[in-house]
Order: sequence, then C-alpha cells, then structure tokens
Amino acid sequence: MLNVIRKWLDERFGWEELMAPLRHKKVPLHKFSAWYFLGGMTLFLFGIQVVTGILLLLYYRPSANEAFESVQYIMTRVQFGWLIRSIHSWSANLMIFFAFAHMFSVAFLRAYRKPRELTWVSGMLLLFLVLGFGFSGYLLPWNTLAFFATKVGTEITGQVPLIGRQTMVFLRGGEEVTGATLTRFFGFHVALLPGITTVLLLLHIALIQRFGMSAPPSVEAEWAAHPEKKREMSFFPNFMLRELMAWYIALGILGALAAIAPWELGAKADPFAAAPAGIKPEWYFLFMFQTLKLIPAKVGFIDGEILGVLLFGLAGLLWLLLPFFDRGDKRSARWTMGALVFVVAYVVAMTVYGHVAK
Amino acid sequence: MDMWRNKRLTRPLWLLLLLCGAAGAAFADAQNANSQNAASPNTCVDCHSAMDAPLKVTAEQFAQDIHAQRGLGCVSCHGGDASKDDPDEAMGKAAGFRGKIKRTDIPALCGKCHSDAAYMRQHNPSLRTDQLSQYQTSVHGKLLAKGDTNVAVCVDCHGVHDLRPPKDPRSPVYPANVAATCAHCHADPNHMKAYKIPTDQFEKYKASAHYEALTVRGDLSAPNCATCHGNHGAAPPGVDTVQNVCSTCHVFQAQLFASSPHKAAFQAASMPGCITCHSNHKIVHTSDAMLGTGKGSVCMDCHSEGDAGYKAAAEMAQQLGQLTADAKNADELVTKAQDSGMEVSEARTELDQTRDSLTKARVTIHSLDVARVNQDVQAGLKTTAKAQQEGKAALAERDFRRKGLGLALIAILIMLVGLGMYIRQIEKS
Repeated sequence: MLNVIRKWLDERFGWEELMAPLRHKKVPLHKFSAWYFLGGMTLFLFGIQVVTGILLLLYYRPSANEAFESVQYIMTRVQFGWLIRSIHSWSANLMIFFAFAHMFSVAFLRAYRKPRELTWVSGMLLLFLVLGFGFSGYLLPWNTLAFFATKVGTEITGQVPLIGRQTMVFLRGGEEVTGATLTRFFGFHVALLPGITTVLLLLHIALIQRFGMSAPPSVEAEWAAHPEKKREMSFFPNFMLRELMAWYIALGILGALAAIAPWELGAKADPFAAAPAGIKPEWYFLFMFQTLKLIPAKVGFIDGEILGVLLFGLAGLLWLLLPFFDRGDKRSARWTMGALVFVVAYVVAMTVYGHVAK
Repeated sequence: MDMWRNKRLTRPLWLLLLLCGAAGAAFADAQNANSQNAASPNTCVDCHSAMDAPLKVTAEQFAQDIHAQRGLGCVSCHGGDASKDDPDEAMGKAAGFRGKIKRTDIPALCGKCHSDAAYMRQHNPSLRTDQLSQYQTSVHGKLLAKGDTNVAVCVDCHGVHDLRPPKDPRSPVYPANVAATCAHCHADPNHMKAYKIPTDQFEKYKASAHYEALTVRGDLSAPNCATCHGNHGAAPPGVDTVQNVCSTCHVFQAQLFASSPHKAAFQAASMPGCITCHSNHKIVHTSDAMLGTGKGSVCMDCHSEGDAGYKAAAEMAQQLGQLTADAKNADELVTKAQDSGMEVSEARTELDQTRDSLTKARVTIHSLDVARVNQDVQAGLKTTAKAQQEGKAALAERDFRRKGLGLALIAILIMLVGLGMYIRQIEKS
C-alpha cells in the first residue's frame, strides 16, 4: 500500500528526488551524538504547541472579561480540554528547556564554527522568540500570577534607556497592564511570533540541511588523522526512527504530567488587588529576575535596574555573536569553554537561588 | 528747628507716629491672643523643665501637645505671664495666675473652649462641642458635681501637657488604648473600693473577641469600653437597653431577638438581653456548642428537659450540626480533588454559599424560630450536596484520566518496542 502511494507521488512530484537529500544526509557517530536529539526534540515540542494552541483557539476568548472564564471552561467543560491545555502549558516549558539545552549543547560542541555561523544566529533568534512565546502566553489565562508577573516584566522593559518607556507602553497598550495588554499579547502569541518563527525555523532547518551536522573539533581531528575510525549513521530512516522513539517518550511524559499534575489555573486577575507576596516570574526568566534583585539600587551614578537591563542586553548580543569571536584556534576554544562553563553555572545557580529565595 | 514750627509740615508727621503706635498696639494684641507661639519666650517651661514630677514639664513634652501646636500655651489654662523672667511677676495675681487647676474645675476649664462652637471652628471644625454637657450626665460628672474628686476628669483620660489627638496611636484615648486607660482606675481595687463595683472588666475584656479584633486584627472599629458605655457621657447601659447598645453593630441579631419570645421573657425576668447568653465584657467567640442541650449550652441555663425551649434548642442544634458536618465532608472531598490537580472552582463557589447559609442560620437562631432556621439550613444543605456531587465527579474524572494515561503509556511502550525491533531489523539487513 505504502509502495503504491510512494509510486503515485513519485510519478507526479518526483518524490524520490525530493527525499534524496534526506537519504544522503549522515549523522556523525561519537560520544556526544545523543546531543543531536535536542534540536529535534525542541522542534517536536514546537509542533505540539502549534497543534494544541490551535485547538485552544477554538474556545479561548482574548478579553479581560472572558479570558479567565474561557480557560476555566476549557479545563472543566470541554471534552479533553484539560488535556489540551495542560499539554500546551507543560510542552511550552519543556520546549524552552530543550531550546536552552540545544543551544548550550551546540555551544559546547562548538558546532557554530564556520560555515555554520548563521545557523547559530538563526537558532539564537529562535530562542529569543521562544522566550517571547513564554512571556506573551503566560498572561493569556488572565490569572493573578500572570497579571502581576506581566506587570513586573513590562516594568523591567521600561528601564531600557531611550526606548524603554515607549516599548513598555507599546507592549502594554497603555500605561498600565489592562485588557488592552491581554489582547495585544494574544496577537503577539498567535500571529506575530508564529509568523516570524515559521520563517526563521525554515531558514534554520534549511541551513542545517545545507551544511549537515557538525562533529566536535576533537572528533573531526581524530577522524582526519584516522579516517578508518569515522563512523556515521543515515539520517533517514535510522536516526529519524530513533528521534521518533524519543518523541514518543516525550509524548508519554507530557501525557503523564497532564494527567497527574494538570496545569493550575489559579485565581482570576484583580487589577485592584495587592500583588501576591514574593511574586516571581516563570523559571526561565528567574536568573535575570534574581540578578536584578541583587543589584543595588544605585551603582555609582547609574540606576541599578537600568545597569542590570543594559548588562543583560549586552550579554545577549555578545552571545548572539559568539561564532564571530571564536577564531577556531586553541586559545579561542579555551576562552569559549571558560565562558560557557561560567554562563551555565551562573544561570543554574541564579535560577536555583531565585527559586528558593523569598 | 523752624521745621518743627511749620504746622503744615509737622501735622503729617504726628499722623504717621499715631499710625505706627496703633499698628504696634494691634501687633501686641495679636501676640497676646496667640499667647506663646514658637517665637515668643515661655519662661514657665524654662523653670518647670528643671523641676521634679509632678511639676516637671519639658519643652519636648509640651511640643507634642496638640494645644501647643495650635498656638496655646501654659497661660491659656494656668494664667500668668510667660514672658516675665521674674517668677513673682510671671505667677503674680496681677498677671491672672491661677496655679494648679482644682480637679473640680478642670471640666469647666476645658469646656470653656471645647464647648464654644465658634472658637472650636477656628481650630477643628469637625470636633464636637458637647463633651462638657455629656460629661455632666456621666457617672463621673455626677459624682464630681457631688464633690468626689476621685472620679475621672478630662486630663485623667486625655493626658495633660502632652495631650495628643485621639487619632495618634500614642494617645491614651486612641481606640486600641482606651481599655487600658479606663482600666487605670477601673482595674484598681483600691480606687474602686468606695464604689463597690467589680474590677475585673479589663481582664475579662482582654479575653474577648472584641479585644482580639482590636489588638490582633488591628480593627480600630472593634468595640472598646467607650463604644458601649459612651466616652464623655460614660455610664453602664441599663438592663433594658443592652440590646440597643449591641445592635449598633449586630443589627440583624438584635432585630431577630426583638421578634423572639426571649424579648418579653427576659424583660419579665429583668434579664439583660444579649449579655444573658454572651456575657458582657468577656464576649468570647460563639460556637455551635452554645446552642442545644449538651454541655456548654447556654440554653440549659434557663431551660430544662421537656419544655418548649429545650425542644427548640435541640432541634436547631441538630440542624446546625448536620449542616456543619455535611459542609466539612464536602470540603474534604473537594480539597482532595483539588490536591489531585482537578479544577474545582465551581464546587468552591457552592461551598462558599454553604458557608453563607451556615452563617445566616447562626444569626437566625436569635429569632428562636425553628422553621426559619431550618429554611437557612436547607439552603445550605442544597449547596453542600451540589459541592459534594462536584467533588465526587472530579475524583471520578481524576481516576478516568489516570486509567487513560495507563492505557496511553502501554500503547506508547508497544510503539517503542515496535520501533526498536524495526530499527534492529533494518540495520541487520
């Protein structure tokens, strides 16, 4: 049956020709090969986001008066609405985790080296977009935590010199977080960000397809010295089938999380209520939030929060341009590894500290 | 010299001098009116700050006084001339020095300004001006008029020389401090010996729900001594008017009590309304145990087995008990579902309504009408049953989800095994 379909497609669209690059694509086999699954896993979770997001759109209403109630309706009245919403929320968090893990794995393997600089840049931009998805989607249930987290988050944006206030007003749709902010964030979440992401994602995948998978410099050197040691696996179907197994495991984990720990809805946002004590952002923004909390109110003549925002902006820019600092020599490798270890340790430590801090 | 002889030139000069003199006199009057403001000297404090108590009054202490802040000084009450350095002149008869004010004269002295609406309007237009007339109707005022100087006069409650407005938390008449201020005399057995009244009111009040609301919750509207007894017109509420006092806050309970058979019965037996069951100063948190026929029931203080009151009490207690128990079971069920991650906000709303019905039923008890109480209880039982049903449904849904998860995981496992075998097969071949 499959052969009949394949033949039908081949006669009309040249299916075999289209699939040829996949068949010729090879995956290097070495001790770090497992890390190659991370990108695919992020892509799979993004797919889950798209599918569950579209299903949620059937019932969700993006207004301050109806948003909370519509999510409540999805959770209690819609058949399997709880499953869709919980999977959407859990997979969003897992997607961000895997996006970070993928980014760090690429950095540790130094897979961004020539000619893959643009693959890295597109990937980093995708990571920023994923964080944007997280920030905009968090407000959509219009619950107390989301409301105040958005208030704090947009306030921090307001600290950016020169364009901060204008950006904050643009994000909020006014001076305060209101129903206008919710509608605006909904627009970002379901139209603007997905549109940009689709374009960047296609570019990212096309670049990977164009340049193939990178082996770490040490492995490349060893293979160059001993070509007989070079080991590879066909991407299709061998690696793809293994990736499929990983996706099935992820699907099982998502199902278990949704059934055992459905994503909480909380209480409806009350703009006139006091902010809950010890309010914190989602875990993926915690390292930045905790850093801003630790910076003194004034550092010399500059406001502490402004300094923090500027430093994070600069760090993000430097990280985006990482491939252009790595000259491919041993000195660069040492510096990159040192910076990487520091960044990972800092992000993990600050996230844990932010989680336990009151 | 010719100039002085020229009348056309000297007339305006004399007029100018006259005007200057008039302006100077007017300025001096204004200074006297304000007595001692910050710029004028106060020789009273210069000496009294160096004296021992009770004559000691420091400048820091007096600066805190609301009267001093409004421009009044020592001489406003004590007379004399605070600008003179010589004590004989400053406290001389010629300067109108009155010295220490006699306790019997204090209310009238304070009333001189505080009963003058026109004067008080200049300083604090919102302040009442009937304190003196109220005081004269109080037990304190009446006894003072009879010459009893042991009773409280203005300064005993409000303080003197560092007198602060009642809104100031340091004032002895700040709502949270009133009880301690009254207790200063009323909890002193020696002071109260002559009046033959109890001295345990403050101790009892400290164990009350009112005191807890005032001091623990910080609710300044919670009753203190003055709320029930009055402040300037302080007097114990009479037996017949106790419910009127309580009803200023507990409106519904008072209305229901007024329509109940207890109203006439209590009056006939000369029993005070609310405090017969709830006590007066030691008004503790109510509990359902106060109702019914069991231990701790206040109904049994008067009623006995077989009478109508006994039956009504038993019936109402049984109804309340049933609603309380059902509400507790429903709450446990809903909490269990909530802890399992289920969305139970609708059940929580039903339980909130149950709580409202229970509160309403507890208030309706004051009518002693079993049918009316039953009406509230039935409304509560209805919402409880709904909450219970929703809690059970949520737990059933939880179980369904977990079974579904089990089946899905088995299916995924089969897929994984199948894929593993397929990979092995294609890699072998």
